[in-house]
Amino acid sequence: MTNLPTGLKYAESHEWADLDEQNIVKVGITDHAQEELGDLVFIELPEIGNRVSAGEQCAVVESVKAASDIYSPVSGVIVEVNGALLDSPEKVNDDAFSAWLFSVKIDNADELEKLMDADGYNAMINA
Amino acid sequence: MESNARMVEFAGYEMPVHFQSGIIKEHCHTRAHAGLFDISHMGQIRVSGDNVGTSLDRLVPGDISNLQLNRQRYTWLTNDQGGVIDDCMITNRGDHLLIVANASRKKHVLNHLKANLIECSIAELKDRALLALQGPKASKVIERFVPKAKHLPFMSSASSSIQGADCIMNRCGYTGEDGYEIMVHSDQVEEIARLFIAQKEVEPIGLGARDSLRLEAGLCLYGHDIDENTSPIEAGLDWVIAKKYLGRNAQPAIFPGANKILRDIRERPVCKRVGLVSEGRIPVREGAQLFNKAGDIVGRVTSGGFGPTVNSPVAMGYLNTKFAQPGTLLDAMVRNRLHPISVVNLPFVPHHYHK
Repeated sequence: MTNLPTGLKYAESHEWADLDEQNIVKVGITDHAQEELGDLVFIELPEIGNRVSAGEQCAVVESVKAASDIYSPVSGVIVEVNGALLDSPEKVNDDAFSAWLFSVKIDNADELEKLMDADGYNAMINA
Repeated sequence: MESNARMVEFAGYEMPVHFQSGIIKEHCHTRAHAGLFDISHMGQIRVSGDNVGTSLDRLVPGDISNLQLNRQRYTWLTNDQGGVIDDCMITNRGDHLLIVANASRKKHVLNHLKANLIECSIAELKDRALLALQGPKASKVIERFVPKAKHLPFMSSASSSIQGADCIMNRCGYTGEDGYEIMVHSDQVEEIARLFIAQKEVEPIGLGARDSLRLEAGLCLYGHDIDENTSPIEAGLDWVIAKKYLGRNAQPAIFPGANKILRDIRERPVCKRVGLVSEGRIPVREGAQLFNKAGDIVGRVTSGGFGPTVNSPVAMGYLNTKFAQPGTLLDAMVRNRLHPISVVNLPFVPHHYHK
């Protein structure tokens, strides 16, 4: 099991969140999640401009066998989506922590405190 | 378990969905080289008695009384409504018939056989395992251990032994590729499986790829594409009904639901099974409704997913025959949105059975 990136925050539903200086949070799914899902064949990304709330379903990933919901770990407005994943969803399987899905301009950076850090997420998935 | 399998519960058994490689690689490996599947969860049922073939003809439309020695036939155990109790392979093993039934239907099949074939001895062979070796390199691999197996005709069976273990080789499969299903004693199956996996052409394959392979090959899965309400004629499997029951000199058909099935052949059913290909990349899965361009519901999907060989989502379903012509453009409902889909001929990938 590769080490979890320590600079990220993690949601119980296996998304990671990466805050940059301008209150933009990049969101992806963890390596544990992509392993559980198996080979991804399609990703339905949210629409730019949509408002999302923390914990709200906003994207879908389809593996060979089934579709799974992706939940935004933070509240705000979708400002960018990773279009490269539309043609190559397998990028998420190859490197889940690089293959971000969408980014959110958040209202309030304090919200990130509610998410887990790397140790907390590690403990959760290994419980 | 040593090979990092992801396990799941299936019909009361713990089965691997995929191994380390994942479904897509396992699927593609089978079409390019050879894949080994453990399908021991399926039921192997021995039926014997005087004129046992004639006895089976009371329950299936496959003309088993004329099934030659060591030949196999795909057929359906039908119910009184002309639907399917199970689809199965029947092999004439000389002193008995061997029926291979779906794992989820084993109990139903046994009960049905015992209730109706009182004159026969019927037993499930619980100490027998079943492996499938499928793919273009399968015969090259088998030849190393059983030289004569290379020449075994498609849909035939032969007794043999692999490194001292007695086995029965059957030239058939569920992937659309050339291959073998191999029956061996449960005590020896692990040794035989390891032997095959040690061959450079062979990888172990899980249930996930088994499903995507059979879907691309246009093959039905019981409980999804066929069930107790499906007519073989709706499913496009007219050929399952033996020719001796058709035409001017037709012999009387006494298998359950025969009248309804023969009427379906004459009058054609209202709906039929088709192949469907998505325009985009979204898989269209079992249960999805199908609409014509006017917005009317015209059918439903019964199996759907992603086909790694065709590199596209693929599905099978039943459509009102008016809309079932290949090339027909329809829409499929996925997560409350319509997505364009078109009707295509099956199979999605040509079959490569041994000739």
